[in-house]
Amino acid sequence: MSTASIRFTGAQLARAPRQTAMIYLKEAKYEFLKNLRLRMYTASVLSFPIMFYVLFGLVLNAKEAIGVTRVPTYLIATYGTFGVMGASLFGTAAGLSSDRGLGWLQVKRASPMPPFAYFAAKVITSMIFSTIIVLALFVLGFTAGAVRMPISEIVRLLGTLVMGSLPFSAMGLAVGYFTGPNSAPATINLIYLPMSFCSGLWVPFLFLPKVVKQIALVLPPFHLSQLALGIVGAGNHEPASTHWEVLLAFTMICLGIARIGFQRDQEKMYG
Amino acid sequence: MIETLRETATPAPSSSLPIVASLASVDKSYGEVQALCAVDFQVRAGEVVALLGPNGAGKTTAVKLLLGLLQPNRGKVRVFGGDPVNPENRMRTGAMLQVAKVPETIRVREHIDLFSSYYQRPMPVQEVLATAGLEKLSDRKFGDLSGGQKQRVLFALAICGDPDLLFLDEPSVGLDVEARRMLWNEIRGLVLRGKTVLLTTHYLQEADALASRIAVINKGRIIAEGTPAQIKAQTAGKKIRCITQLSNNALWQIPGVTEVKQDREAVELHTGQAELVVRELLRRDSNLAGLEVTSAGLEDAFLALTQDTPRVAEQEN
Repeated sequence: MSTASIRFTGAQLARAPRQTAMIYLKEAKYEFLKNLRLRMYTASVLSFPIMFYVLFGLVLNAKEAIGVTRVPTYLIATYGTFGVMGASLFGTAAGLSSDRGLGWLQVKRASPMPPFAYFAAKVITSMIFSTIIVLALFVLGFTAGAVRMPISEIVRLLGTLVMGSLPFSAMGLAVGYFTGPNSAPATINLIYLPMSFCSGLWVPFLFLPKVVKQIALVLPPFHLSQLALGIVGAGNHEPASTHWEVLLAFTMICLGIARIGFQRDQEKMYG
Repeated sequence: MIETLRETATPAPSSSLPIVASLASVDKSYGEVQALCAVDFQVRAGEVVALLGPNGAGKTTAVKLLLGLLQPNRGKVRVFGGDPVNPENRMRTGAMLQVAKVPETIRVREHIDLFSSYYQRPMPVQEVLATAGLEKLSDRKFGDLSGGQKQRVLFALAICGDPDLLFLDEPSVGLDVEARRMLWNEIRGLVLRGKTVLLTTHYLQEADALASRIAVINKGRIIAEGTPAQIKAQTAGKKIRCITQLSNNALWQIPGVTEVKQDREAVELHTGQAELVVRELLRRDSNLAGLEVTSAGLEDAFLALTQDTPRVAEQEN
């Protein structure tokens, strides 16, 4: 029996930055593939905003305008927000609560995986799906809805919406830490559908009842959609910085909640 | 092969081989439930130690403490001389835990590729696939595998980093006989390569077949520890099974009988002097039928060690 392989000095850890980068890359790649192959995920998260856009922006109201903005353009901003929110919430919360509740996260934690890589992969994956949804809306709008906007505007709108994935990913982490594997999807729907409505993502904000408009002011999707609408000339009169600040504060609160859940989990046994 | 392993890997308690993992006076409770109580336990380099016990005995808790997934309420947990949560310790350990759900849309090869990337010097993916018997399944999605195949993937993830120390928590749950034998061979192969293995099981046969040392755990306490032979010796003797008209009381009066148990239509006797007892049985009951004499296996040792009721109680029945 050779004992030569038993070492007691742990000097061999220092991972090269390249290896660490590789871990993050692979973690994100497989998280993306995992969700891409999940029909539950792609069917609801990708197809709903796109279907709504086709129906309400291209088939029904293509010739209308809201203020000075044509409906097909306006709805890229609002259904874009809706899509980003769904992709991010489901992408983080559903996976996290299932990984936590059904033991997989323990296997990962027992391995030498850098813990942050797990969360980063979920956030990156949400951003990629957000990008896919928004690009799909652009393609549809440009080809079938006669949407025209300068490249700079396209880049700003895409960048804003994809950055908007961060607050919802943070919210997804918080939800994922405080729901069980079975209740997570229902909980997300309970948050996501009313919030979408009240934020003016389905019915344009202008047409919402006054009470709902008041509620919208505290909802993060309202602020993200206003940022996006601001780019296409249909925002309210608040400066963009206000919306960013609200989103940042919301992100920090959600991360704080997620952190409490993370610490609570360190001492809890599953199964 | 088992015998060779035992000869080479069995350290006496005073062994000079280094301790690679240990629990020292460890208490662990979950709220009201005391999962482990004053547990002292060590794993030495090159050993295969089986933590044997019924469900809920505290086996998984012990493994999770050693993996740094749980913190003890009292006592010390050490792996490679340090805290188990040290990243460098994780780099040298592999773990197969009981998982209710693994991401199902990821292929076998992809799961291994990802876990290998965590380690400094992983085994080549092809070798991992071969060792775990997954070569033909490498492109299957995890969700499309059978229960036994899924266990093999979890085993592959535990070994892919070529770790020095392996924790296998109930590795053969849900495996059929053939798959279990295959897994055993794989574990023996790892030991021959100098790896240290701690496995938990409630399959007594598994502990007997693999372990160089067994620690029997029940209700959070280690109640016996030793080589499989030593554990078996704790209930020395033979088991005699027969169908007889003699009453339990009459059976207890036969000299040498240490235990009497009714088992459906038959009785089971334990004794250190089988020949004597059999002779006496046949003399006292000429209609005695279905006689079987077997040596008390690990199973009996295990039951004897973990059962609550002392034998005296049965004598009174």
